[in-house]
Amino acid sequence: MSNTHFESLHDQRSFIAQTLPGLFGRVIAPLPLFPIQPVLLRIVREVTKNRPELFERLGPHVRSTFIIEVNELPFILRLCPDPERPELTAHRRSDSISHDAKISGPFAPLFDVMDGRADSDALFFSRDITISGNTEAAVCLRSALDDLDGSIVEDLMTMRGPLYAPLRFALSHLRRPHTGPII
Amino acid sequence: MTDCGSFEKPELVCPAGTPAALRTAVDAGADAVYCGLANETNARNFAGLNFSAQALEQSIVYAHQRNAKVLMAVNSFATAPRTSLWHDAVDIAANAGADAVIVADIGVAAYVAANHPDLRLHLSVQAGASSPEAIRYYCKEFGVRRVVLPRILTVGEISAIHREIPCEIEAFVFGNIGMMSEGRCSLTNYAAGISTNMHGVCSPASAVRYVGNSDGSTSAELGPFDIDCYSAQQPTGYPTICKGRYTTPDRSEPYYAFEEPISLNLSSLLPDLMRAGVTALKIEGRQRSRSYVHMVVSAYRRAIDDISAGLQPDLTGLAALTEGGKETQGAFKTKKWR
Repeated sequence: MSNTHFESLHDQRSFIAQTLPGLFGRVIAPLPLFPIQPVLLRIVREVTKNRPELFERLGPHVRSTFIIEVNELPFILRLCPDPERPELTAHRRSDSISHDAKISGPFAPLFDVMDGRADSDALFFSRDITISGNTEAAVCLRSALDDLDGSIVEDLMTMRGPLYAPLRFALSHLRRPHTGPII
Repeated sequence: MTDCGSFEKPELVCPAGTPAALRTAVDAGADAVYCGLANETNARNFAGLNFSAQALEQSIVYAHQRNAKVLMAVNSFATAPRTSLWHDAVDIAANAGADAVIVADIGVAAYVAANHPDLRLHLSVQAGASSPEAIRYYCKEFGVRRVVLPRILTVGEISAIHREIPCEIEAFVFGNIGMMSEGRCSLTNYAAGISTNMHGVCSPASAVRYVGNSDGSTSAELGPFDIDCYSAQQPTGYPTICKGRYTTPDRSEPYYAFEEPISLNLSSLLPDLMRAGVTALKIEGRQRSRSYVHMVVSAYRRAIDDISAGLQPDLTGLAALTEGGKETQGAFKTKKWR
């Protein structure tokens, strides 16, 4: 890294977005998951409270369970977007977790889709993102995220409290330079 | 500078599968946005997409405040005894203030002409009207004001048709390109039991499965059929039968029997299309994200403005959005495109 030279702030932020998730994953790999769980629960509750429109597009899959497998992380995320009892939990990759649909890929494209800055179909065509299980559930989740004004990432960056300062800091650095619209 | 000849600046017609995509299209420079209801009246009746009556009304207000039109697609074929669903969709469009309805079915066209004579009527690509005689029939009987041409014609043929019809022409310029018999394809019925043309959905997501294999490849299944298998690094397209790969008794290696995963991109033919008399240039992709809408609409907005100003358009950078990572000019350039 000492030889890394950045032509611009744009290059620097891209570099951070590409390397930070892997670094973070390696650092936390040996650590227990329980400190993450309350943060994830708060995140999903905030989204549920602030984004009721999200659930309309999920239609029959509002109680489906999704596994989100980020390549660089040592754990997987299990999401159940049930508006009455939302859940977002971290699990070891070795755990056998029941689910309806699984969405996998590197951090950057998954993050960009969640942020409304990338086209998920194009990422699927290029095989950056893969899906398995119930395709309809995965498609509905994609459409629900895409129909939001702004993005969930923007929402998370406004979460208050010292506990979420590291999250805000990380998101602000992970957010890549403009690659698409935030409406 | 580019040699433009004489033409009127065409309307840029852009897709929206959600209200957010519609706002994105309008903000990116669309002259008109087309969309549909979340039901079988709409030939993009995909899971999680489309508009409620209320969302349509709000979206039309948003578009009209910014001088953009909203065209509502009621472009699947009405089937007895459910024709009221299509009539209701037309009524919703009219009541919401849509600038036009895009229809394929002659019964729906007749309903519009009889009940909403002031509502502008566009003939959907799904109608498959590709001859001056067919188009003139729709114009005479139902008052069609614009025809969306099937993607089977060369630019020269479009120009010839333009001289023989009394209505405007809308032509696709970017996006998914599928079977050439538009509005007639029944491949999905064979595998999934429902119809693109009558239920509005091709390869319904509920019938699609992606299955990982032990060698790292992925199989794409539609209903009971394997329609493709690709390695981890191999680009892919939509899971439709027409873009699958198959073996036959004569071919041991799987091959694209119908079409390849590929997208239409007519950026280099835009001046020719304008000179041919095309009134409206259409971008496909109501199933795509607002990011896609933003990128494609912005690029085509700039290109149309540049061409109209006599400048060379720059439409590089859209390749990443194409299906299978490939693009074609299809039949617009030559009938020998495959």
